[in-house]
Amino acid sequence: MITVRGLHKTFRVAKRSTGLGQAVKALFHREYKAIEALKDISFSIEPGEIVGYIGPNGAGKSTTIKVMSGILVPDSGICSIMGYTPWEQRVSYVKHIGVVFGQRSQLWWDVPVIDSFELLRDIYKVPETEYQSNLSLLTETLDLQELLGIPVRQLSLGQRMRCEIAASLLHSPSVLFLDEPTIGLDAMSKIAVRRFIQTINAERGVTVILTTHDMSDIEALASRIILIGKGRLLHDGSLQGLRSQFSTRKVITADYRTCHRPLAIPGAAILSWSPERAQFSINTGEIVVSEVLAALSSQVELLDVTIDGQPIEDLIIQLYKEHQLS
Amino acid sequence: MRLYWKYVWILFKSQMQYRASFWLLTLGQCLTPLAVFAGLYFLFERFGQIRGWSFPEVAVCFAVIHTAFAITECFARGFDLFSTMVGQGEFDRVLVRPRGTILQVLGSKFEFARAGRLLQSLLVLFFALSSLTIEWTPLKTVTLILMISCGVFIFTGIFILAATFCFWTIQGLEVVHILTDGGKEMAQYPLNIYQKWVARFFTFVIPFGCINYLPLMYILDKTEGNGILYMLAPTAGIIFLLPCLLVWNIGVRHYRSTGS
Repeated sequence: MITVRGLHKTFRVAKRSTGLGQAVKALFHREYKAIEALKDISFSIEPGEIVGYIGPNGAGKSTTIKVMSGILVPDSGICSIMGYTPWEQRVSYVKHIGVVFGQRSQLWWDVPVIDSFELLRDIYKVPETEYQSNLSLLTETLDLQELLGIPVRQLSLGQRMRCEIAASLLHSPSVLFLDEPTIGLDAMSKIAVRRFIQTINAERGVTVILTTHDMSDIEALASRIILIGKGRLLHDGSLQGLRSQFSTRKVITADYRTCHRPLAIPGAAILSWSPERAQFSINTGEIVVSEVLAALSSQVELLDVTIDGQPIEDLIIQLYKEHQLS
Repeated sequence: MRLYWKYVWILFKSQMQYRASFWLLTLGQCLTPLAVFAGLYFLFERFGQIRGWSFPEVAVCFAVIHTAFAITECFARGFDLFSTMVGQGEFDRVLVRPRGTILQVLGSKFEFARAGRLLQSLLVLFFALSSLTIEWTPLKTVTLILMISCGVFIFTGIFILAATFCFWTIQGLEVVHILTDGGKEMAQYPLNIYQKWVARFFTFVIPFGCINYLPLMYILDKTEGNGILYMLAPTAGIIFLLPCLLVWNIGVRHYRSTGS
């Protein structure tokens, strides 16, 4: 479905310098430095996958999305999506994809949503029957009925995002690119948007590629993540795989019947202790969870135990740090 | 083309959300060129004629160029405001839609308020033509239509050129207004009142002279020799537009390789 092999992209960026003298100088002569936005990016995506494409700001996420949606031409490398090379057959290719830029609207600001939809129907030359069936499906799943008659500028951000996503699906694309679809949304709207992405993926088999900074989006949606940093591919695989590969720290919280004697578990560091509750941090490379539990139950009468893995956010931050050091 | 009118229709609906502002703008637009035209009138009041050109004749010159400019500003405004489109990254949106870039940029903006300017320019045109004694023939009518439509082509070409610069600079270039506004100011008078090099520049480089001065001589029967050449002079506007479109495509290619 999607094959990306050896993508390279270098930008020339004007050096910005401080100071008035430098600024004046820059008017006449500019120094450029080359920034490698993408270095040898390769991956492939099967039809019907939901892939989370993540990385810190400036990692090259948007550049990759732009290359894959036919906006940018890379310096070298292959990208084949449904048999098209996006930047070569732009017009015939983009009919098959939908793109949502979370921060920019594709709807006409001052007119009711339905007018934008109808214009998009004409832009994409969607046959009337197909348009009607898509529209009624989208209206139903996204609960848009009341929004269609309202000018876009009067919609809330969450409502608008639902309309944006619907707008990008009117022409039944096979691939949907979502660039930060939940940015700025409240918890309720986030959940609504996520649920919708799942529905559309399950019912229509749309392949979804989404970028986000919200790790709960990834946890809720993506069976697979591609992590990039400084233009390089750092990880490609399941979230679970990432966890087991990198996350060896676990936090065990134990509640027990009052016991004033301090606990001592070999191999586990105590994070907090009270007569009723204690928290330990362990490294699963050094000690197995069951050993800790066995040691615990021999010392106190356990009432409740919770074991928490490292939050995914911490994991990502740790990964970024590691790679910036190397 | 059908799609273009749909773009215009949705923009019209948007504009109608702000009725008061629309009417005020239209009125204002009506008054600006009127002031310029009044200046022209008082000039002739004082001097009678310029190099053998009477007031109504110059008024035709004036009206043709202003009509063409008003029409262009109405529908090619998307190119005029293209710098904001690039600056805000809206051009990316254009590239992910399965239509040509020119059509989409044209469809991004339509300045309805310029209708005021257009109306005023047309009024001057009718006034000027009716106060001249012209023997109208079908060919002369065609010439007049050619003059205006090819004028639109020239201004559109300049707008497109100016917009193309935005691919490199992101910001719009004020310099280009020398060509649009400056060209308009120059070409509202018959070109033979200027220095030779000015006349040549506006005939062969930016062919404003070809859409009013030369064909107007044909309409006013001032030509010597072959009138058909004078009559067909406005088509230079179409020829002017072609390299502009070419440059635009180079600009789009540059944008897609730098992504600035």
